[in-house]
Amino acid sequence: MEIISEQRIPASRDEVWAALNDTEILKQAMPGCESFEAIEENVFEAKITAKVGPVKAKFKFNVELTDIDAPNGYTIKGEGQGGVAGFAKGSAKVDLTEDGVETILAYNVQANVGGKLAQLGARLIDGTAKKMADEFFGNFNELLGGTDSA
Amino acid sequence: MAENGIGANVRRKEDHRFLTGKGNYTDDLNVAGQTHAYFVRSPHAHATINSVDTSAAAAAEGVVAVLTGDDLAADGIGPLICGVNVTSDDGEPHRAPVHSALAQGKVNYVGDHVAVVIAETLAQAKDAAEKVEVDYGILPAVTATASAADEGQQQIHDVAPNNICYNWPFGDKEAVDAAFESAHKISSLDLINNRMVTNAMEPRAAVGEYNSGTEEITLHLTTQNPHVHRLVMSAFNQLAPEHKLRVVGPDVGGGFGVKIFVYAEELVVGWACRKVNRPVKWTSDRTEAFLADAHGRDHVAHAEMALDENGKFLAMRVNTTANLGAYLSTFATMVPSYLYAFLLAGQYSTPLIYSEVKAVFTNTAPVDACRGAGRPEATFLLERLVDVCAEDMGLDPAEIRRRNFIPVDAFPYQTPVVQCYDSGDYNAALDKALALADYDGFAGRAEEAKSRGKRRGIGLSSYVEACGIAPSQAVGQLGAGVGLWESAQVRFNPTGNVQVFTGTHSHGQGHETTFAQLVTEQLGVPIENIEVIHGDTAKTQFGMGTYGSRSLAVGGVAIAKACEKLIEKGKKIAAHALEAAEGDIEFADGNFIVAGTDKAMNIAEVAFNAYVPHSYPEGLEPGFDENAFFDPMNFSFPAGTHICEVEVDPDTGEVEIVKYSAVDDFGKLINPMIVEGQVHGGIVHGVGQALLEGCQYDTDGQLVTASYMDYAMPRADNVPSFDVDYAPTNPPHNPLGVKGCGEAGAIGAPPAVINAITNALGIKHIDMPATPENVWRAAQSAG
Repeated sequence: MEIISEQRIPASRDEVWAALNDTEILKQAMPGCESFEAIEENVFEAKITAKVGPVKAKFKFNVELTDIDAPNGYTIKGEGQGGVAGFAKGSAKVDLTEDGVETILAYNVQANVGGKLAQLGARLIDGTAKKMADEFFGNFNELLGGTDSA
Repeated sequence: MAENGIGANVRRKEDHRFLTGKGNYTDDLNVAGQTHAYFVRSPHAHATINSVDTSAAAAAEGVVAVLTGDDLAADGIGPLICGVNVTSDDGEPHRAPVHSALAQGKVNYVGDHVAVVIAETLAQAKDAAEKVEVDYGILPAVTATASAADEGQQQIHDVAPNNICYNWPFGDKEAVDAAFESAHKISSLDLINNRMVTNAMEPRAAVGEYNSGTEEITLHLTTQNPHVHRLVMSAFNQLAPEHKLRVVGPDVGGGFGVKIFVYAEELVVGWACRKVNRPVKWTSDRTEAFLADAHGRDHVAHAEMALDENGKFLAMRVNTTANLGAYLSTFATMVPSYLYAFLLAGQYSTPLIYSEVKAVFTNTAPVDACRGAGRPEATFLLERLVDVCAEDMGLDPAEIRRRNFIPVDAFPYQTPVVQCYDSGDYNAALDKALALADYDGFAGRAEEAKSRGKRRGIGLSSYVEACGIAPSQAVGQLGAGVGLWESAQVRFNPTGNVQVFTGTHSHGQGHETTFAQLVTEQLGVPIENIEVIHGDTAKTQFGMGTYGSRSLAVGGVAIAKACEKLIEKGKKIAAHALEAAEGDIEFADGNFIVAGTDKAMNIAEVAFNAYVPHSYPEGLEPGFDENAFFDPMNFSFPAGTHICEVEVDPDTGEVEIVKYSAVDDFGKLINPMIVEGQVHGGIVHGVGQALLEGCQYDTDGQLVTASYMDYAMPRADNVPSFDVDYAPTNPPHNPLGVKGCGEAGAIGAPPAVINAITNALGIKHIDMPATPENVWRAAQSAG
């Protein structure tokens, strides 16, 4: 499933772009995120606890920023191993558009799971991915002084 | 008839222990010093294993050992095998990739075995399994049956180019093509036989014990065939020599084929208990069962029938792709070949049949026999196609069947696809079924349903199956690595009670009752004095196990032959004791009688004399204990007509089975109540396939139906009360006159249900499972 939504953020596009590249903000916005550290340029390692249906697991995500087009947007891709829970893969394409003094952040998320997550929670994945994406971008908006507008 | 003998509805002897919780299943067994095994399974459908780091797991609390494929190879434990050869169209044997019980370098399906953790407790084993670090190199997965062999597909095994295990043509293509050229009409159909997860109530389990004093391994398993497990593990896996390996299949909670096979977990438990010199226990959880039990069915086929102007079948042409999964399970190759294409004649006198089967590998669990094994796939294809033919010719489905049935006077009937049917009366079963189903009154019921906004449909399925598996010579010619006779030992104890040792295995069939009925009928010993013993290689002489509805038709005959030997020996003993000539001794109802006199001796007394031979015939061996083997001359061919009547709600797509009538020919019935139970169970299994069950992998090879949240099993409210009757014929080659009944329902039911739904909706076809969504869509597009 593709999750397509957007947030209206009361900040300039350059400010939003800077925030999108600020690991501290990304960490705070990410639900269940315990750490988010840069390994090399545009490559990060994140530790996230997530619950999908009956399966709760700690994931070690490798996160990469690609298709970087400052300050218009990028694609953030993650691939996480959750041990016996299986694995999760996801990407979010983020597009920033100026709207007066504010910025529209549009996102398009895709998610895939494997292993136990798929066996027990496949039909819950879409809902979980949408919830996590909306929470992430909602939190992100709030960190920039806006209100969750997804 | 003896009391409780052949034909009596004796209540099952075994049910007292099952219903009072005294069954003894593999998981019930706990051995002093026992450890627990937990398997690290691949979460990926297709990946190279770049490295496996077990060091953290090995250091975890309570861990006894962490073992990988390298350890297995170092100990010389051989790969799992497939025991039946199918020659591909290039003249080469089918392609058989190496199937190590623990992966070596590559995983090929989700659930594939990467390592095993053995620990003091199951919780410790599971915790440590999380610490096994596997570095996978993920490869694209192949999951769809139809496209697995397409050009440019990801290759799974080097030995199997284009993911093809075999291409297996059978029949006279030229003659068939010529018949199609000149046919009055050609009817055709594309269809899928949906993939099933077998779902025995008891999941698989294994407990291995090694005795370092005797160097013997004892392996308790959820097996349908303990001796086959022992043979394969000894001869092919080098686990231990046969005389140093004991396999016990105690009470087993349902098999349906899935417990025939030798699985990785079983072999690993047997090997590991010796390696760590501690008992090792493994019990599958339900999700593991979905992932790693062999699955069933999974065909994609195109079928065509050539007809003359009277609706007579002139020739049939079938093209089938069968998914065998990632590796070859123990009997995988024979299911879509010999057990499928050789049944394509069905009940009909179609003179020409040509079939091509392409068996393919995919990144899914191995596929092997599941209740009916090949025969349900053949029957579904044929009985659906016959309904399409009827529609195309404007004939009633009953009428087109009648016009093409093999006539009753044509038996033995040689089909164009190897099988020679020994007996049958297909019109008799059809007539009885039509009457039972009130076929003539259907139009009125359909009209009445219409007034309530419902659509009624009626569907026929006239099936034949080949079971009583099997004549050893026939299966040997086909490429089987084993003979399929059966053995029995019938032993009197000195006090007159009887122990019957059979090489078959009961895992729900009620052998302890049915076989005791055979013995009480033949020997006249009260049924409560007869105990049937099975499932332990240390107790029973030998045996090939239970599958293919063979236990009574093959194993039962072996018991009867052993009883005959006892009677012959008993006549000598009685003649001596009664001071008569052996030729004057008759045996009836448990007594040896001097013909024409009232001098008699009960068989229990004869047994006592045989063990206390103070006054005994000269030269005769003491003891009253006989062995017999039976190898059938032919398969047996149960057949019948099932009629399903459904009511479809076009607004919701819900299908209600309002009436189900089954008339079967199983030959002679030993215990009609048990037979009826088998018929009921088989039909429910078939209804499950037709309406509910469908195993689904996504395109990445993830199993998305891996629990009962996503995989629907039939329940009581999915079926009506069944109307069951019989139209028996006598199979001349079977000394007991029996044919087998365990698989018939699962074979006959799916096309009966689907034919009823297509009839209700006025559509050509609907794929299984006909879920409310699928039926609703079909109803909408049919208008």
